[in-house]
Amino acid sequence: MVMDVIVGLVPLAPLAGFLLIGLLNKQLRTWLAGLIACGSVLVSFLLSAALFIAMGDDQPSFTYTAFEWIAAGDFAVSFSFLVDPLSIIMMLIITGVGFLIHVYSTGYMHGDEGYNRFFAYLNLFIFFMLLLVMGSNYLLMFVGWEGVGLCSYLLIGFWFKNTEYNNAAKKAFIMNRIGDVGLILGVIMIFLHFGSLSYPEVFAQAAELNAGTGFITTITLLLFVGAVGKSAQIPLYTWLPDAMAGPTPVSALIHAATMVTAGIYMIARNNILYTLAPATLDVVAVIGVATALFAATIAIAQNDIKKVLAYSTVSQLGLMFLALGVGAYTTGIFHMTTHAFFKALLFLGAGSVIHAMSGDQDIRNMGGLRSYLPITFATFLIATLAIAGLPPFAGFFSKDEILAHTFASSPILWGVGFLASLLTAFYMFRLFFLTFAGTSRASESVRSHLHESPSSMTFPLIVLAVMSAIGGFIGIPAVFGGGHALNNFLAPVFAGSAALAQPHHINHSTELILMGVVVGLTLIVIYFAYNQYVKKASIPAPESAQRSGFEDLVYNKYYVDELYDKVVTRPLEFLSRALDTLVERLMIDQVVNSAGRVVTWGGKTLRLLQTGNTGFYVFAMVISIIILFVVKTFI
Amino acid sequence: MNDSVSQMIQQVPLNHYIWLSAALFVIGVLGVLYRRNAIVIFMCIELMLNAVNLLMVAFSAWHGTAAGQVFVFFVMAVAAAEVAVGLAILIVIYHNTGSTDINVLNKLKW
Repeated sequence: MVMDVIVGLVPLAPLAGFLLIGLLNKQLRTWLAGLIACGSVLVSFLLSAALFIAMGDDQPSFTYTAFEWIAAGDFAVSFSFLVDPLSIIMMLIITGVGFLIHVYSTGYMHGDEGYNRFFAYLNLFIFFMLLLVMGSNYLLMFVGWEGVGLCSYLLIGFWFKNTEYNNAAKKAFIMNRIGDVGLILGVIMIFLHFGSLSYPEVFAQAAELNAGTGFITTITLLLFVGAVGKSAQIPLYTWLPDAMAGPTPVSALIHAATMVTAGIYMIARNNILYTLAPATLDVVAVIGVATALFAATIAIAQNDIKKVLAYSTVSQLGLMFLALGVGAYTTGIFHMTTHAFFKALLFLGAGSVIHAMSGDQDIRNMGGLRSYLPITFATFLIATLAIAGLPPFAGFFSKDEILAHTFASSPILWGVGFLASLLTAFYMFRLFFLTFAGTSRASESVRSHLHESPSSMTFPLIVLAVMSAIGGFIGIPAVFGGGHALNNFLAPVFAGSAALAQPHHINHSTELILMGVVVGLTLIVIYFAYNQYVKKASIPAPESAQRSGFEDLVYNKYYVDELYDKVVTRPLEFLSRALDTLVERLMIDQVVNSAGRVVTWGGKTLRLLQTGNTGFYVFAMVISIIILFVVKTFI
Repeated sequence: MNDSVSQMIQQVPLNHYIWLSAALFVIGVLGVLYRRNAIVIFMCIELMLNAVNLLMVAFSAWHGTAAGQVFVFFVMAVAAAEVAVGLAILIVIYHNTGSTDINVLNKLKW
């Protein structure tokens, strides 16, 4: 009973916050709106933490049914929440990181005219995200899935007076929609084959099926299309870099830590279906690793601090999919957790830098910020070390685990993933050195305003820095004598898959050698970046510079946007125009207008009968009666 | 004496009543169509109503039921009411136009 109330309150608190701030938008003082927003998420976080503590080994999952949502014949869906190790981890990340980002936003959005609106959207986002991870059936997850897409759209286009930002918002929404079609088709197929949409029933039935059945492969592929859209993988990744148009806290919360990991969560949740479809898993792994490498190469040549981080997010998400693809579901969730810490920290640090630089995001104009922003510098360094995968920071454990599992399943995939991870170290340190090292390249007026951010912004940075530093210890691998607490905690969720197929393992000496190689090469790459950007102090070429061959290709993001424009957007636009002129104007408009013209003409003609002469009326009446009489009698 | 009158009436064939009322009705219609004076048109309308009344009474007697005669009472009551309203309208028209010629009223349109 107490559990019911707590579980229900977790998503209810942010919803209440949204309603309160959203409805009293104009009346509410900004400090009060900020307080309500942060408070509601904090309540959610504390309740989630309480659930986490209360969840013992004896009761690995708990379902709370709020009410029967849809009941039509055989089709029944209840509005119920599933709290198990997987959703608890997601809830803790969403509300924990979400709370820190809310606090950060109170400082970052200070003085913005849409301050209250911003917090209303953020709270709504938290609500939908919680719905997504807590829903105990596919339909409820889909509601959350669409809801976070909506919030993402609203927040990317938050500064709606800028047309470019609006276009970015629309792009994100439409590309997500392509993925959503796959997702809903997958859900429909699940219902057709299993006759139910609730997780426990579907998974129980699936556990008795044979691996590699055609329809399971189709279902998992369709669900994966949804994940590709939401988690920005090839070929639907182009919306995420554009989504950086939103305020920086939004990029941190939605486009790094939580929403884009919904695809990872969804596949991990459906792990048993994926384990039954080895073909799909191969697709997931290949797309993941391809995205990881592809996005990492683009990130090398970007000069916008947020764009670099955006491509880095795409790349890291690719690594997570790689982990899922080789069947290491826990590892995928592990990397998602550590990534939530260090990527949110990187984005918030970038926000702090942008804040100090009076809105400039170009790393060519930065440099030497170490002395001006000491806290941002220190926390950013920790996050950079974490994402580069150096021990003992969080990213090291999770990334290494991915690479170890990949190596065991396919050395080729490992090679590509390894390359992507080296590139990660390079572009992150390039970004770091260009931003913080050397001397300031900012203009005089900007430099005079350089200042460390207020404590509301540095506090979340520090907390996240601590998490980025020690977060990896929840999954110390056996090779270091660790028990891998996360693995044990998540074991009940993946028990069904584990019974069918174990992720590949390599022996400890190979694992240690691989670790050594990765860390050693990463250090060399970092030294290379140091040499290039600190010792030689070389600055990336300006926009107008001539670029040759591969450099030009990478700088322009492989011209993928242009390709999509030519292959998809233009033909669609042409089709729309053709339909407009041919069908709309020549056919539909003509039919509608003719109807109007006929009525007008008829009215004009019949009007002549109304002469106003009473005698004529009477005459017409009598004649009509006689005609009716004759017709009735003789015909 | 009374008996002989009602017997005489019952000996009149139904055909005669039909022809008489048809004639009266046609006279009424033609009067409405040809005459210009609104009062005469009114009288012609009354003529048509009474032609119908006559027919209904005749059939009532022929069938030996009272329903037709009851209808006639209704028709007379409605006709009286209609005359009251109609004459009132006529008076107003006469006050306004100084004439009861219906051709003066050629403004009855939009």
